[in-house]
Parts: sequence; structure tokens; C-alpha cells
Amino acid sequence: MAKTQIALTINGKQVEALVEPRTLLIHFLREQMLLTGAHIGCETTHCGACTVDMDGKSVKSCTVFAVQAEGAAITTIEGMAAPDGTLHALQEGFTAMHGLQCGFCTPGMIMRAHRLLQENPDPSEAEIRLGISGNLCRCTGYQNIVKAIRYAADKMNAAQKEAAE
Amino acid sequence: MSDAKIEEREASLKGIGCSRRRTEDVRFIQGKGNYVDDVKLPGMLFGDFVRSPYGHARIKSIDASAALALPGVKAVLTAKDLKPLNLHYMPTLAGDVQAVLAEEKVLFQNQEVAFIVAEDRYIAADAAELVEVDYEALPVLVDPFRSMADDAPVLREDLAGKSVGAHGARKHHNHIFTWEIGDKAGTDKAFEQAEVTIKELISYQRVHPSPLETCACVASMDKIKGELTVYGTFQAPHVVRTVASLLSAIPEHKIHVIAPDIGGGFGNKVGVYPGYVCSIVASIVLGVPVKWVEDRMENLSATAFARDYHMTAELAATRDGKITGLRAHVLADHGAFDACADPTKWPAGFFNICTGSYDIPVAHVEVDGVYTNKAPGGVAYRCSFRVTEAAYMIERAMDILAKKLGMDPAELRMKNFIQPQQFPYQSALGWEYDSGDYPTAMKKAMEATRYAALRAEQKERRAAFARGETRELMGIGVAFFTEIVGAGPTRNCDILGVGMFDSCEIRIHPTGAAIARLGTKSQGQGHETTYAQILATEIGIPADDIMIEEGNTDTAPYGLGTYGSRSTPVAGAAAARVGRKIRDKAKKIAAHLLEVGEDDLDFEVDRFKVKGLPEKQKTMKEIAWAAYNNLPEGMEPGLEAVDYYDPPNMTYPFGAYICVVDIDADTGVTKVRRFYALDDCGTRINPMIIEGQVHGGLTEAFAIAMGQEIAYDANGNVMGASLMDFFVPTAVETPVWETDFTVTPSPHHPIGAKGVGESPNVGGVPAFSNAVNDAFAHLDVTHIQMPHDHWRTWKVCERLGLTA
Repeated sequence: MAKTQIALTINGKQVEALVEPRTLLIHFLREQMLLTGAHIGCETTHCGACTVDMDGKSVKSCTVFAVQAEGAAITTIEGMAAPDGTLHALQEGFTAMHGLQCGFCTPGMIMRAHRLLQENPDPSEAEIRLGISGNLCRCTGYQNIVKAIRYAADKMNAAQKEAAE
Repeated sequence: MSDAKIEEREASLKGIGCSRRRTEDVRFIQGKGNYVDDVKLPGMLFGDFVRSPYGHARIKSIDASAALALPGVKAVLTAKDLKPLNLHYMPTLAGDVQAVLAEEKVLFQNQEVAFIVAEDRYIAADAAELVEVDYEALPVLVDPFRSMADDAPVLREDLAGKSVGAHGARKHHNHIFTWEIGDKAGTDKAFEQAEVTIKELISYQRVHPSPLETCACVASMDKIKGELTVYGTFQAPHVVRTVASLLSAIPEHKIHVIAPDIGGGFGNKVGVYPGYVCSIVASIVLGVPVKWVEDRMENLSATAFARDYHMTAELAATRDGKITGLRAHVLADHGAFDACADPTKWPAGFFNICTGSYDIPVAHVEVDGVYTNKAPGGVAYRCSFRVTEAAYMIERAMDILAKKLGMDPAELRMKNFIQPQQFPYQSALGWEYDSGDYPTAMKKAMEATRYAALRAEQKERRAAFARGETRELMGIGVAFFTEIVGAGPTRNCDILGVGMFDSCEIRIHPTGAAIARLGTKSQGQGHETTYAQILATEIGIPADDIMIEEGNTDTAPYGLGTYGSRSTPVAGAAAARVGRKIRDKAKKIAAHLLEVGEDDLDFEVDRFKVKGLPEKQKTMKEIAWAAYNNLPEGMEPGLEAVDYYDPPNMTYPFGAYICVVDIDADTGVTKVRRFYALDDCGTRINPMIIEGQVHGGLTEAFAIAMGQEIAYDANGNVMGASLMDFFVPTAVETPVWETDFTVTPSPHHPIGAKGVGESPNVGGVPAFSNAVNDAFAHLDVTHIQMPHDHWRTWKVCERLGLTA
């Protein structure tokens, strides 16, 4: 099948690639970019394991064509830690609060939580639960995921407050 | 040396009892896990299936020419290609065979018919559409109660004339086995003499484990070396290697089976599926790696359903509520092939744990397995083999009996509990329960939830409902379960002839850091964290200095894998014993270094000390170094040990769960107001991980009880094999869980641990179901079948005239 050239930014890096028009973003990320952090759990937009951040929105990358990402800025789980290796507050929260077990939903869950906290830096438990309801987890029962996100929110808010003072 | 110092040293080990953060998290939170679909080998091709649209049909012809003509397609395998290799059928764990690719007939919708191998997954999917299969539809059998009717269609033509199966006589062409246990005459007598009896058909619907990662493998045949490497979603990688060797005739040492990170299993990844066999065959034929990853619909409709048990339960009791007998008949729908994942001698698993937590003097159980035009499976979805079915049956039956007697369900349970002094307890159906204190656990649960106050509130609310002041019905669900896990003694438990032991091997390096490998395989349970904690406490080196590995059959000692909550009871025991072997050798080295006799030494946390001379001591770190350069005369260097552990008995975790629901009579919407779970899993290795396991198991129980079902229509179409239809709760529906515990160690396990991962599923399902049933207990309702989704519950309200 004829291929189309796309140019986009992934985790801050400029990328150019040839893709089939039908190639899904998740397959492009995983198979061409070798970013295997985002996972495939259903291919039908239900489970959210493939969630990445695209131009300031959470997207399920199994339901976006790679060509639709032309010109976009994408962040995946691989782009969450600081360049010096310091973990993001969400990554720290997930391990501190035991917010993961098998780890398969975790990258998508963290990426969704990342956007949620941009949209609402101080969410209630109910807001967190609604905010991550597009992401399924089969292991944890969500209770510790909620705590992990709250941990990150507190840490990020404290850091922001400190910076403002 | 002060006691405080000892405590500090103990804490630094992060051993048993510590809520140690998980070592595996560091890769998962950064997207650096290595799951099967992440494996990418040079030249790798991709496999996909052509599947049957029919539930039952004859295959008249298969024309793959158009598919083969598609650029990028490398091969199309059908049963004709597998038959000369004798691989068109494969043996199942249950002593049956399962078609790898359908030969003459298809027996369930989405059955595997042809296997496409292509350059990428898109081309493979395109090619699957191009394969022309000509079918002749046949009468479909979906109702297991019709399986043994005289005029029921013959499903398994390959079994024609076989009147005896792997588990005895077959009494009908769609009959698989009858399994019987207990004292029939004694039980019949108990029922004849009973003052009160109940009898109810309690069905446990067909559901699916549906881990977030579906099943997958990558097979890679190196034709030059004659070696086969298989990466796969395997809960039991060593057994997979043995089976692969037996089927392929490749010597076992030339097969490398690797289970990398696994994205949840819950029983789904125990068995061997056609996708694995076809990938291996394709790689052998083509000489390049072949990957197969099932999609979600394939997962839900073709690999490994669970339950589908239709249980007619009977209890006999005295008028004052003492149970005098239990009788049960189970009709087990096994689908088209008997692919149940049970130990060989247990065609109905450990269903005979169905006397539960109660001192029932006599019991009799009979299970009939039958074929239907449904997907094969019968796996233990987050439970030990058929234990959740058994727990569900007895716990529903207890509530039904309580209602008939006019007794409180908790009171009836208290009255019939096996008492602490009765352990080890011999059950009427043949098990020896190792330990338990049921009354203490039940009382603690009742006090924590203020059970008496809940009942008083329910009484008031029922009156308020009658007065029209509320539209909500309040239900209180009580469940007390006893699990049987940790299979098992090899004398009566094996998988395809391999005894169900497990193993641990450790090498302590000169600096005192170590690597330990085990025969199990974590799918999210946190083995890399908890096994290190057991070893840390037993040996006296920090858990942080012990790396745990599992899943690579080249390096790990042989073990039977992770399912049926057997990792802690079996491999965890091997870890404890391996630690003791290390400590024994370390003691000899310490005695040599300190120039005293072994009897003059005491072990203290992380070191040996000379009795009466506490300043004379050697730490384990010092001893590890000495093991490589300064040993007693004649002792072999190094500090290594291996242990293969054959447990003397299984372990019997238990728990008391109480659930409160409020049901809207006009919509059937059921809100879980409160869920309290008390678990007793014996010695607690990592409380944080235990709590996480309980949260997850309860959430799966909630899903099963309140909505999950793999249903079929009359034509054998599987209804709702997608996450649109199959209920996997989101964070919004999932209740908040309250956890609690008691500790009754197992007397026969080296550290007293029992296993916990599956308990919440086993106890949770009856707790939810009892709560929903209890909401209607004052009305004309004896038993409402699961799943208790809003629509079904609304139908009950409608039938009872409760809707507005």
C-alpha cells in the first residue's frame, strides 16, 4: 500500500516517517518508533491501555490514524520522566501507593492522569474516578490508582505553591 | 547489643511482614515492561486466524488461493497441513483433545479454521477476509440441559464409539464424564431423616477472565541449531515447554520457553491455545519468527471461558439450624472440547470443597460434564480449581436455608462453623483443612460493620418502603468462605503427569548479593518483591540485594507455574526452605570463622553470634565472602541452594465478607454502599500487596456478580464478546473496599502462609449475590440467578410488583 510521509513531535523530538494511510497511531508508535510503553488491550477504544497525550488531549491511539497525527505533539509514557531520570510525580505516586500490579494499563493510566491533572489540578475522588473512567484496570480495583493520582496532585500543587512563594 | 538495634537491622532487611514497595514497578511506570507483543525479532511474520461464523457446521471446502495471492502473505495453514504432523488436534489438560484447526466440522463460533502468516498484522487481517470457507450449517446445541437429550445433535464425531473417556464411562454422545464423591447412602439417609431441607438450582454463568493483555506468543525456530524459542503469555512456562517437546518431538533442552512480563492472567493463560501451536508450526515450516496476538473479541469468544456450572444444591438441617447433610448435582457445560485446566485426576477441580466452612457430617456430590457448541475452557478465573463455584453454591444455599428456617444468615453460619479445636479437620468430602478460626473472623466482621445495627436499619427501611417513603431496598450480604489452594501434593495432583511441586534456587554472590529463580510466573502479583522478602528473612540479607527471576525455562528450576493461588503456598515454601539450606551452610562457615562449634552459635536477624560472647559474630555478608575463599576443610565453595517443594497438604485461606447494597426498585440500579472484607491468609508477607490483591479480586467478583456473562443465542452466536458488552467495571462503578484480617498460620507451611490472590473473588461473588438476594428476602424470592445487572434486578422488581 502506498505510504504517506508524516512529520510530528514525539516526546519533544522531531520525527519524520512513512506510514500507510491505514496505520493506527498505536502501531506506528509501537512498531515504527519502538515506543512499546503504550499497550493494546482491545483495539476498540474501550480499555485505554493505548492512551497517549496528543496536542493537549488524551487520545486512545488505537482509534487515531498515524496520518492524523501529522504536525502533532505527542507525549507517551516514555516522555514522562525528566531527562535526568527523575520520575514524574505520577510515576512516583503509582509506585508509592501501589497503584499498579501487572503494569499493562499503567502507561495509559498515567498518561490519562497526567492530562486530568492539567485539566483539574485538585480533583476530588469522584472527579478522579470519572476522569479515568476511559481506562480499564483488571488488577487493582482502582482504589490505589485514585490514591496515586491524589498523591501526585498534592505533590505537584505543593511544588507549584513553593515556586510561587 | 540493644533490642532497638535488632529492630533496625530487621527493618533494613525488608523481610516478611514489610509493606515493601514493589521492585518491578520501576520498569512498568516508565513504559519499559517487556510484554510478549513488545518482542520484535528480525524477519518476524505475523499470524492471524480465519474463524468460524457458525456455532456448528460442516466444512465443505476451504479455498485460500485469493489469500495466498495477496502480496505479503507467506502461508495459509489449514487442518490438512497439520494432519500429517498429527497436530490438527492437541491434547487438553483434561484428557480430551481440542482441534487446533477445524478439520471436518466447526463446533463453536469463532473456532479456528485457518492460520494466515503474513508480513504484518494488517496484511494478515486482509488475507483472513479472502479465505473462502464453504460451510453447511448443522443443528446447534447451546443449552447444557439439552446436551444429553435423545435427539441432541452429535457434536464430537471424532469421539464416535468411545464409550469411555479420560474420567470413566460416557453415557451419551455429548457426555464427557461423571465425577462422584462422598457417601451417597449416608447422605440419602440424612435427607430422609431431616426436619428441614432446601433444594435449589444455583447457576454460575459463563464468564471470562479477560486480563487486559490478551494471549500472545512469538515462536522462533532456528533451523541450523535445531532450537525453538517461544515467548508467550504463559502462567506455566515449564509445562508449556514439556508439552511443546512432546508434540513437536524437538528435544526439551532445545526448546526455550520464555514468559516475559505478563499483563494479567487470572487463569486465562494457563492452557495451550491453537494460536501457540500454529505459530510454532509456522515458524518451523517457514524458518522465521512468527508472532500471534489475539484481539479482544477473540480472547472473549475463543480462549478459556470460566464457570458455566449449574448446581442443584440441597441441604438437610434440624429445625434449630444444625446442618445434617449436603447433596449436590452439577451440570458442567464444558463447551466443544473439554479443555478444563484442572489437575489430571480432578475433572471437576476441587469442587468437593463445597461443604465450605461448616461442620457437615455427610455429603454427596455428582458432577456431569457435557459438550455444547460453545468455546472450550473451564479455567479457574481467579480461584483455585472450581472453588469459586463451590463457595458460591454453599454460600447461596446457606442463605436459602436461613430464610426457610427464619434465622439470620450470620447466625446460621455461626451455628455450623467448624470450630477452632476441630483443626486439622477432615471434611465429609475428603479434604483435611489445615487451620482456621472461623468464629473469631465472623465476629470481627460483624462488629466492624455493626451488623446488628445494619439489620435493624434494614427492618426500618423495609417498613418505610411499605409506607411509600422510600423507593430503595436495602440488602445485606454475608459470605464466609474457605478456599483450598496451593496444589498440591504430588501424590494426588499433577498436570499431564508432572507432579505439582514447585521450586526455588538461589545463588549468593561473594558480596552478599543474590539471584533467586523460581518455577512460578507472576502476572502482576508482585513475586519479584515478595519472594525476596521471604528469602531476606530466612537468610538475613536485605531483600533489596536479592533479584528474583521467573519465566525463563533455560534458567529457572522446573515448576508448575502460577494459578490456583499456589505461588506462596508452594514456591514460597521452596523459597523459605532454600533460605534454611543456605543458613545451614552459613552456620558451618561461621563456626569455622569464629573457631567454635555450630552448637555454640545463635542466629540473629542477619548474623551468627557466639552464645555468651555476643561481640564474637559474623554477618551473612561476611559469611558470603568467606564462602568463596575461607571454608572449613572439605566443604565445597560457593553459597547456593535449590529446593523442590512437594507440599504435604494444600492450604485453606478463609474470610468473612459483608456487603450492603441499596437497590432502586424503579430502575434496578444497585449501589454498593459498603463492602467489608476480612481475609485470613495465614502469615502475611507484604500487607500492601495483600491489600492490593484483595482490592483487585473484589473488583473482579463485583464484575462477575453484577454483570459479566458470555451468553450465546439459540444459533450459537456469542453475544457480547467485546468490552462494549462484557462488563469490566470502570473506576466509577467500582465500590470502595474496606479490608481487614486475622492471622491463623498454616501449620504445615514453612512460614505459615496460605495464599490470598484468589480469596476475594471466591468470597466476593457470594457476598454480592447474597446482598442482592437479601434485599428481596422478605418477599416471594428464593434465589435470583446471577449476574445481577440492573435490567435483571429491575425484572425481579417488576415481577414482585415493586416498580412504580
